[in-house]
Amino acid sequence: MESFLQQLINGISLGSIYALVALGYTMVYGVLRLINFAHGDVYMLGAYFGYYLSRAVQGKTPSHILDAAVVMLLSMIGCALVGMVMERLAYRPVRKASRLTLLIIAIGVSLLIENAGQLFFGADPKFFPQLIPETHVQMGGLMVTNQQLIVLFTALALMILLNLFIYRSRTGKAMRAVSFNLDAAKLMGINTDRIIALTFALGSALAAAGGILVSINIPGIDPLMGVMTGLKAFVAAVLGGIGNIFGAVLGGLILGLAEVMVAGYGSSTYRDAIAFLILIVILLFKPSGILGKGQVEKV
Amino acid sequence: MFLSNMKSLRTGIIPVLAMVLLAGLSACNKKDAGSADNEILIGHYGSLTGATATFGQSAQKGIEMAVDAINASGGVLGKKLKVLVEDDQGNPIEAQTAVTKLINKDRVVAVLGEIASSNSLAAAPVAQQNRIPMISPGSTNPKVTAVGDYIFRVCFIDPFQGLVMAKFATNTLKLKNVAVLRDIKSDYSVGLANFFVENFTKMGGTIVTDISYSQGDKDFTAQLTAIKAKNPDGIFVPGYYTEVGLLARQARKLGIKVTLLGGDGWDSSKLWEIGGDALNGCYYSNHYSVDDPSPILQKFVADYKAKYKGTSDSIPDAMAALGYDAALILADAMKRANSTRPDSVRDALAQTKGFMGVTGNTTLDENRNAVKPAVVLEVVVDAKGNGKNVFKETVSP
Amino acid sequence: MKRILYIFGVIGVLALLQWGLTAVLLDGPVRQGPYYYQILVLAGINIILAVSLNLTNGIAGQFSIGHAGFFAVGAYVAASVSYYGGSAIRAAVSFIPPMGQDAVVLLIALAAAALATALAGLIVGIPSLRLRGDYLAIVTLGFGEIIRVLILNIDAVGGARGFSGIPKLSNFFWVYLMAVATVVTVWNLVRSTYGRAFLAIRENEIAAQAMGIDVTRHKVLAFVIGSMFAGMAGCLFGHYTMYLHTNSFTFVKSFEIIIMIAIGGLGSIEGAVLGAVLLTVLPEAFRGFDSYRMIIYSLALILIMIYRPQGILGQKSLFGKKRRKSATIDAGPTGAKSVAAETGVAGKQ
Repeated sequence: MESFLQQLINGISLGSIYALVALGYTMVYGVLRLINFAHGDVYMLGAYFGYYLSRAVQGKTPSHILDAAVVMLLSMIGCALVGMVMERLAYRPVRKASRLTLLIIAIGVSLLIENAGQLFFGADPKFFPQLIPETHVQMGGLMVTNQQLIVLFTALALMILLNLFIYRSRTGKAMRAVSFNLDAAKLMGINTDRIIALTFALGSALAAAGGILVSINIPGIDPLMGVMTGLKAFVAAVLGGIGNIFGAVLGGLILGLAEVMVAGYGSSTYRDAIAFLILIVILLFKPSGILGKGQVEKV
Repeated sequence: MFLSNMKSLRTGIIPVLAMVLLAGLSACNKKDAGSADNEILIGHYGSLTGATATFGQSAQKGIEMAVDAINASGGVLGKKLKVLVEDDQGNPIEAQTAVTKLINKDRVVAVLGEIASSNSLAAAPVAQQNRIPMISPGSTNPKVTAVGDYIFRVCFIDPFQGLVMAKFATNTLKLKNVAVLRDIKSDYSVGLANFFVENFTKMGGTIVTDISYSQGDKDFTAQLTAIKAKNPDGIFVPGYYTEVGLLARQARKLGIKVTLLGGDGWDSSKLWEIGGDALNGCYYSNHYSVDDPSPILQKFVADYKAKYKGTSDSIPDAMAALGYDAALILADAMKRANSTRPDSVRDALAQTKGFMGVTGNTTLDENRNAVKPAVVLEVVVDAKGNGKNVFKETVSP
Repeated sequence: MKRILYIFGVIGVLALLQWGLTAVLLDGPVRQGPYYYQILVLAGINIILAVSLNLTNGIAGQFSIGHAGFFAVGAYVAASVSYYGGSAIRAAVSFIPPMGQDAVVLLIALAAAALATALAGLIVGIPSLRLRGDYLAIVTLGFGEIIRVLILNIDAVGGARGFSGIPKLSNFFWVYLMAVATVVTVWNLVRSTYGRAFLAIRENEIAAQAMGIDVTRHKVLAFVIGSMFAGMAGCLFGHYTMYLHTNSFTFVKSFEIIIMIAIGGLGSIEGAVLGAVLLTVLPEAFRGFDSYRMIIYSLALILIMIYRPQGILGQKSLFGKKRRKSATIDAGPTGAKSVAAETGVAGKQ
């Protein structure tokens, strides 16, 4: 029983990582209907920015929390810029093209960032500095670290903030308008280019935050770290109903729990398969995801 | 539906013609691959990038040093040795292409590589088929040299390494109940785990659980929690350094305090960089120890430090030492064969006996495997994350 | 009658080429012969992969990112057939010379691979009917990964060790025979009623349905045929490299095949061939610049998709004026051919 509870904690901790990355995925998809394959790689960039920044910053501010905050903020800004550049150079020119073209370009951007990363950062794994020193929280035989809790609560907090932003702010309203109908939004006087750029910036900043938080928790970073995490985060987003903020978090948690249970009680070699298996099953029975709204295709 | 008219025939042939044209173009374009008369070309393929990048990079440093030393003392048969390096990105199929290229395009007389057994296994048939001797510095899986009589290695093999760790666990650490956590994606790890389990149970120990992870995983908490529930007094993790480092950290987070044991895949300075003090009091078997007082080894360590001063890895790991030895043994075989013809070199290699290298006294047996002792090292990491290996014991075959 | 003659003509030409290439490249005067020979063979395998994926992705418009999975199924099934059943097959046909026995083993392995992957294509194809576009893409990607994980867990085919000890049965002749067969089949298919249905589904599924096309059946068919050829490519690949490892079949390989057809021209058969050749030859040419080569690729991919989304050879049926009747039907119309002739790469003799 104790070990089962511990597995639950492990699963939620892993799931909150997927949830964090899935938030950015779901935002970009919600607005543009684009699977931004490069999102996982922006997450990787965020971690690397964090790595270099924290080597420069660490110890120069009065407290650990401040260290982490400075590193995180700068890295988020850096990634937001990367996201905007990406959108401007690679996606905007083909916004009107077919979804297929967009998807292929997304694959191209993803490969570009991964390989540039291998060239500039080196292919070997690096150790991410412990920005926030680890403390254990023990409850009976159960172990949780402060780092795991931080990841979980950040994911939940961001989920709520993001939801408030999208449903309460003017910009959020504009985003929803763009998401419903780009041309109509334009006619209503919304600067759609700016809104889309902003969506990318926000999504990429979220990815950067995810990259750093995850790296504090699991401190090995490498240029390909975003590939599998990105893919699974996307699966999580689809699972929960893509475009839906709560869905992304729910999907992430389900995925994390499923993986941990398979690895803990079944064979861990199937853990990579389980994510996709769940995805396929869900999509077959509810193609729009758990919390997603079905869409009627218009002729 | 098949071949309905002339037009479709033409379409089918077009790609073939295009191929031939391209092949012709590239054939005209060929340059003789730098094989001047006063040079002997040897090839090295390794993972210079990828998840096991330090293996390939270290081996290359060792080989470079050996070749410099050989050339400085007059070369081989009056000629200088030249090493051509190919990166296989740690990918088996890339390894195969790299060796095909080295042998067929660059016309090397011998090939050195790989460390990871999966990659050696993919490339070895190419060397065997072309009858070019291949020496693996560090592939410990028994199957590698079983590919054919042109495939050699200068390190011990996993059955021996498994035995060493089983002995160490039973006799020195007095462990009774051990959990095994293997890397299912790595041939090396699966093999070594099997040999450990076999020997450990034979010596009266119990394997309480035997589960796996996959290379590239970052989260091991699920497996570790399952292991914790079985309450073992040691965990055998025959994986590679990247995963082991992360895994050790997560084990300590979950409150698992027992010793972790491993094999030579741990050997990299990245291990303690990633694992930190979570690795304190963990042991692994290796090919050599820098603490060994043997003068030939101490000279190697000093030279290595001098040559690679200022780089991140200025202390040679076992892969560097094995790369060094592999190159020296190859040069020695060429001298004894008094020829660089691949078949003569092969015959001379097969007769390597009592070669004194930095990793000890190397004799190649009838299966072209090296028979040599192994060492057990303890990982010691201080609070600042600076780590080192402390020599514990030597186990002879 | 004429048809049979063509078939024998192709076989004859390829056999002659095989003999010539063996004499010149493998045993002959060209120093780097075997290396070029290998590139040639790998290019052929990539041609099969690209052309077959092009049927599913480019022509039927069912975007799949799981091609490497089918490639893997074919490779492993075929390799198991010849590894475990090779000697039994040889014994059964011991009356023919060894070379003939090789051919029989390979053909049986090919058939097994085709069957197994067609079945796999069916299994993936049927559920994917409910999905389209991005969802389909991600599900096929998932299937590809599941297949890979399953193979990794089958010890009889080597699991993590990789599958070694596969006999070397395939060569230039077989690979290009298969490549020609793939190209011809897809070419004919596109010009048939099936092809028209595929194109109609790609352009507008609902309209296609309204026109009375059985969308379900055609989608599955495109999947099954596409994956069948990928499986046969896998068979030839395994029997050429003599070693299989699941690392060769990750979704990165699927991406690579997609890049081939995207660069060549989505929906164009010549484009797929060109893309396959380019993506096999260029990496080798850039071997010295290993670290830059993938960067150059991805940049090239992005730029091509932005500035020439129809690929190098293009697909005039989408973008150009409809010229002649034939041009609207075959996805690689005459216009594309003249481009090819100018570049001198895939032109007529």
